Amino acid sequence: MKYIIAIIQPDRLDEVIAALEEEEIILVTVSEVMGRGRQKGVAEVYRSHVERNGLLHKIKVEVAVNNNDVWRAVDAIANGARTGHVGDGKIFVLDMEECVRIRTGETGVSAIR
Amino acid sequence: MTSIDTGDTAWLLISTALVMLMTPGLAFFYGGLVRRKNILSIMVQCMMLVAVISLQWVAFGYSLSFGPDHAGIIGGLSWAGLHGVGLAPNPDYAATVPHQLFMVYQMMFAVITPALIIGAFAERMRFSAFLLFSVLWATIVYDPMAHWVWGAGGFLKEMGALDFAGGIVVHVSAGTGALAAALVLGRRRGYPEISPPHNLPFAILGAALLWFGWFGFNAGSALTSGTLAVSAFISTHMAAAAGALAWAVLEWVLSKRPTALGIISGAIAGLATVTPAAGYVTPAGAILIGFLTGIICYFSVVWVKARLGYDDSLDAFGVHGVGGMFGVLMTGILATTAVNPDGADGLAYGHAKQLLIQFLAMIICGAFSFVVSWGLLKLVDRVVGLRVSPDHENIGLDLTQHRESAYTIVG
Repeated sequence: MKYIIAIIQPDRLDEVIAALEEEEIILVTVSEVMGRGRQKGVAEVYRSHVERNGLLHKIKVEVAVNNNDVWRAVDAIANGARTGHVGDGKIFVLDMEECVRIRTGETGVSAIR
Repeated sequence: MTSIDTGDTAWLLISTALVMLMTPGLAFFYGGLVRRKNILSIMVQCMMLVAVISLQWVAFGYSLSFGPDHAGIIGGLSWAGLHGVGLAPNPDYAATVPHQLFMVYQMMFAVITPALIIGAFAERMRFSAFLLFSVLWATIVYDPMAHWVWGAGGFLKEMGALDFAGGIVVHVSAGTGALAAALVLGRRRGYPEISPPHNLPFAILGAALLWFGWFGFNAGSALTSGTLAVSAFISTHMAAAAGALAWAVLEWVLSKRPTALGIISGAIAGLATVTPAAGYVTPAGAILIGFLTGIICYFSVVWVKARLGYDDSLDAFGVHGVGGMFGVLMTGILATTAVNPDGADGLAYGHAKQLLIQFLAMIICGAFSFVVSWGLLKLVDRVVGLRVSPDHENIGLDLTQHRESAYTIVG
């Protein structure tokens, strides 16, 4: 099981969600975050609002997947988020130890779906 | 020789300020209804109109609207730059207040009318295109139409059309112009799957400011501080109350819950609809108008718009256009000289011809505004391009048009 964290531009969220949905990956968590990349918040095409310390408005998308879904999820996120401009974001893939569905107590692979 | 009445002057000064507040109120109303990435674009557009149309009005707008008549069509340019518009009263319009006060009161109507259209093209129009369109629209649609209906010698005024405070001049004209804008610009990307209003408390604040300002809009249109102003004041309030209740009850019955947006939409519909009628109808007449328009505008927004598929984003046509047209007709039915001896009797008081006159005035002005707005939008599209790019629409107009953001996350 893997846990995927993607930091993307706010205006690409709809495309990323749609691309994940096409791969039948429905469970996602989305939050608003601040961040900066190598450019320290130089918004090349003013795609985001610069706050203090060169921090830009970004969206964090988190997805938990089974091992055989990892690359489909990563590709979907990347394709949805990519514009070719500086600041398109990053995707991090982490090992995930366990997953528990709170309602039923199920664990592991079946709890993700 | 007429003399200035201090009571009338005081009331009209206050009314002018009340109507001025409506455009920033509209900025909050519309601003709360759009997505968070576009609220500033709405507010900038509203505030820019307060600035630009005020200057246009003094430069030549007032003269075109109210200046000496040319063939019933237009006021000409002899009052341009307020030439000859002094502090002595002008008995053609308001015999007991300084002429310049009448001028500045009317200025606030000229400002808010193009601002109402913003609701139709919200979240997708280029700022330069908005500005060019609005100034052209004010000059070519609003100014002549104000002359037809309100100007001394205007052909619809001569015909006997009743429009107390701008049902035709403001709401029908802005509403039909808004329909043209929604059709020419096309839908927003992703419509109809658009996020819900991002800040309903702002929308309620805006609606409350509009309701408050509307007392100046309608009761101020009496142009005196006496019985007629009181009558218009009460009609205004009662129609808003009845409209709000009607809309909320309909929602409750048809979709299980009354909503914040429904109550304020009904109130605005009632206010827009009673605008031509206030000052001609009884309080009971105003309540009837409010109830009926709450129902009619509800169906125009919830059913008709969805069935026809155009994206009148904030219902400028569905509320102001439909409500305005209905109000103009209701004036032809419920107007009574018992309320206003300078008005006329409507159908319900045995004068069927008034309804025909109202219908004609409504059709002429609605068609004129729709057609000319359509042409102006096509023209502006050629000159600067109407719509922002798809990328910029995704990012939002606040950042792409103004390089500002309404909300920060930290700090």
